[in-house]
Amino acid sequence: MSNHFTLDGRQLPFVAGQTIMAAAQAAGVYIPHLCHNPDYAPHGSCRVCLVAVGRRQVSACTTPVTEGMAVDSRCESIQANRRAVLQMLFAEGNHLCPACERSGNCQLQAVAYYTGMLAPHYPPFFPRRPVDASHPDFIIDFGRCILCELCVRASRDHDGKRVFAISGRGLASHLVIDSPSGLLGDSDFAATDRAAHVCPTGAILPKHKGFEHPIGERLYDREPISKVGDLRAHEDEVDGNE
Amino acid sequence: MGGPQVSEVQGFVTESLGRRGRVPEHLLQHLIAVQQRFGWVPPVAVESLAAELDVTRTQVRAAIAFYAFLHERPRGDFDILFSDNITDRMLGNRHLLARLAKQLGMGTHETRADGRVTLGLTSCTGMCDQGPALLVNGRAVTGLTAERIDRIAALVGECVPLERWPGDYFRVEDNVRRRGLLLSNADADGAGLRKLVDQGPAAALAEIERSGLRGRGGAGFTTALKWKFCREAPEGDRYVVCNADEGEPGTFKDRVLLTSYADLVLEGMTICAAVVGARRGFIYLRGEYAYLLPHLESVLARRRAEGLLGESILGQAGFDFEIAVHLGAGAYICGEESALIESLEGKRGVTRKRPPFPVVSGYRDRPTVVNNVETFLAAARVVRWGGYWFRGEGTDQSAGSKILSVSGDCARPGIYEYPFGTPVRRVLIDCGAERTQAVQVSGAAGTTLAPAEFDRLIAFEDLSTAGSFMVFDQSRDLLDMVQNFAAFFAHESCGFCTPCRVGGALLRNLVEKVAAGQASEHDLAELRQIGGVMRQTSYCGLGTTAPNHILNTLDKFPDIYRRRLRSADYTPSFDLDGALSEARAIAGRDDDAAHIPETLPTTAGAAV
Ligand SMILES: Cc1cc2nc3c(=O)[nH]c(=O)nc-3n(C[C@H](O)[C@H](O)[C@H](O)COP(=O)(O)O)c2cc1C
Ligand code: SF4
Ligand code: SF4
Ligand code: FES
Repeated sequence: MSNHFTLDGRQLPFVAGQTIMAAAQAAGVYIPHLCHNPDYAPHGSCRVCLVAVGRRQVSACTTPVTEGMAVDSRCESIQANRRAVLQMLFAEGNHLCPACERSGNCQLQAVAYYTGMLAPHYPPFFPRRPVDASHPDFIIDFGRCILCELCVRASRDHDGKRVFAISGRGLASHLVIDSPSGLLGDSDFAATDRAAHVCPTGAILPKHKGFEHPIGERLYDREPISKVGDLRAHEDEVDGNE
Repeated sequence: MGGPQVSEVQGFVTESLGRRGRVPEHLLQHLIAVQQRFGWVPPVAVESLAAELDVTRTQVRAAIAFYAFLHERPRGDFDILFSDNITDRMLGNRHLLARLAKQLGMGTHETRADGRVTLGLTSCTGMCDQGPALLVNGRAVTGLTAERIDRIAALVGECVPLERWPGDYFRVEDNVRRRGLLLSNADADGAGLRKLVDQGPAAALAEIERSGLRGRGGAGFTTALKWKFCREAPEGDRYVVCNADEGEPGTFKDRVLLTSYADLVLEGMTICAAVVGARRGFIYLRGEYAYLLPHLESVLARRRAEGLLGESILGQAGFDFEIAVHLGAGAYICGEESALIESLEGKRGVTRKRPPFPVVSGYRDRPTVVNNVETFLAAARVVRWGGYWFRGEGTDQSAGSKILSVSGDCARPGIYEYPFGTPVRRVLIDCGAERTQAVQVSGAAGTTLAPAEFDRLIAFEDLSTAGSFMVFDQSRDLLDMVQNFAAFFAHESCGFCTPCRVGGALLRNLVEKVAAGQASEHDLAELRQIGGVMRQTSYCGLGTTAPNHILNTLDKFPDIYRRRLRSADYTPSFDLDGALSEARAIAGRDDDAAHIPETLPTTAGAAV
């Protein structure tokens, strides 16, 4: 009845059915992640939470812990693969951090720093994805969307609305909004929706709140994400509401 | 161009809803029917389906955007797609497409202004032994020649409906060249099913276990184990699914099995249903094989009439099993079993999280057995002839035989059945391959073999294969193959996970860069690095196998890359001169001074 596994050599307890990510979080150990948010069902799409189990690399957010499992989250091949995955996300979208309102409060950026990604690597795709500013309270910059589907899940599973969906396939996959015109302003979306507050990047942003804290003094400018955790725990500061 | 009347579309949708059912699971089948009827999915159809099936309009549109054969804009009255597998290319498909386009007075990837005809390319259509091939409004046309193309141009020009095109254009041959355990004596007299009824499902399962049968769809999972898991699942509905997506480039054996051995495949499914306790089954048939639908429906109807399907099968009260055929719509990923189930449920074919595996939670989250067409056929024969009969051939870990789809540079392309453990060389001799440079085993996702490896064996313990066997002789430039496969995977990635979605596109672009003579040693290192990341980190088998052909050829055929390198070390993928083309167009200039000299990037690169 011991229910223990090891993470980077440390023995940790787990509850039957728990994922590696959940068990690590419960023990206060940070495993980098982007599409994971404990409020919603595990997704497994970003691949940032890779860990090594034996010779295989698996996503910590979707893999259940088993008794005696030995998990390695720090070895160089894992770090290198996480870095490569982040480099891919940066090449896929339009992430011009210095010009982004979310800079310093962005999990994508913070996780990139955590994995040691210091500069872009792959040739960027520069997708043409127009901004949607049709909603009175929120703006969507699709160029910053990493397709984590957190807004999709929050809207569907928490708000009961299905405002967002992913369309297309392959590199042409993209976020779409359910409204007659396809615009956010025409949809059921409201500032009070959970979907408005789960984006790990600067894709979904509140309007009328430009640069209240100067870049350099923001959440992840002050401390690394491995210490302060996700935006979820800092919503008041970051969205400046409530 | 008016397009169809709103009332006509609505009427058709209402009729389809009545016929196929009003549950969200049927969304994809309705969309395919609308596409076939109108040549596109008009907005009113989207609205009606969303309203009737309790899905959002966005979900409907997202599904249309996912499947290559569904369209939100009108296609030409003749929608012509040339199969673009490497084997089609080797037989000159590009040339024929250009010829047709020229005769029709249009580009190779567009709809003609008058809306008469659309031309384009599509992933392998499973006619590699009788290519080049195309699809016209979803119907396969095989054995294309210049004369046939000229005739097609005339038929399109005169607007002759497909029913009045020469029948032999649509003829699809079986080309069975070598029969083994499964393909000889294909008695479809229901003897396996009778034996099942006589001896009981437990005995049938024991025979399958004894036979050592492993899945023929690629992964080689032990069939008896899969059925047993499902059989032992808690009470409630279960499902049996026959995976007839056959999307792997270069494979076409499932098409032949469904054409000429359909009874045995259906018998295998029915035996499986009895073993696991399922009352409903599906055949997930790739859209490219939609022409087989009437044939399959008629075999199903005959079996119902003969008491081999439906209620109280063979007079056994409580032995009820029904099979429905569901069509795919142009998505290779839908061959992956969990994506297939998503697609069966009417959604975009995106891979599911595993565990739970389909045997635990599949169709409608119920235990579901998914097996390849050939696996069901083998199961039917095993139950009839016994596990030892099957075990009598093959190797330790690979019992029985394997059906190969042979294509490419050989005298006799077609279907070959061999005992497991047969060397590659034997297949090459039998199919009449000469001066062979390379063999691609198990499709684009498989293994590239150099001549030094031709003694390797077709078997799970050596060369595991779903059956595709493509031959390349010494006249071929293997980089054409690499380009073809890299574009295929980038096109077919479902887009769910980062490494496959982005990495696949990066690989394709790098391979194009190599082909254009613009690459350096650095780019080859990048190919390896990205390929390695995809292999280790992708979410499903598509992404983990997509770089195989690149990693294999970099190791075994380095010359196809090396001889095209432009500089030793680094060349920017950013083309300075190209970037100025927009500015030149605006300024209306194209003189020398408006260009950046060719040599600049090379020297700059070499200095890095
Ligand atoms: C990208 C991808 C495509 C696949 N395509 C097919 C296919 O077309 N037909 C098939 O039987 N299995 C295919 N598979 C394998 C299936 O996921 C599954 O393993 C198989 O249908 C199980 O049947 P079997 O045990 O009889 O082999 C594919 C797998 C992947 C990852
Ligand atoms: S908008 Fe944000 S939350 Fe939604 S899918 Fe894109 S990155 Fe994720
Ligand atoms: S590897 Fe990822 S993106 Fe590729 S098909 Fe599988 S789930 Fe989709
Ligand atoms: S956090 Fe686990 S895959 Fe995204």
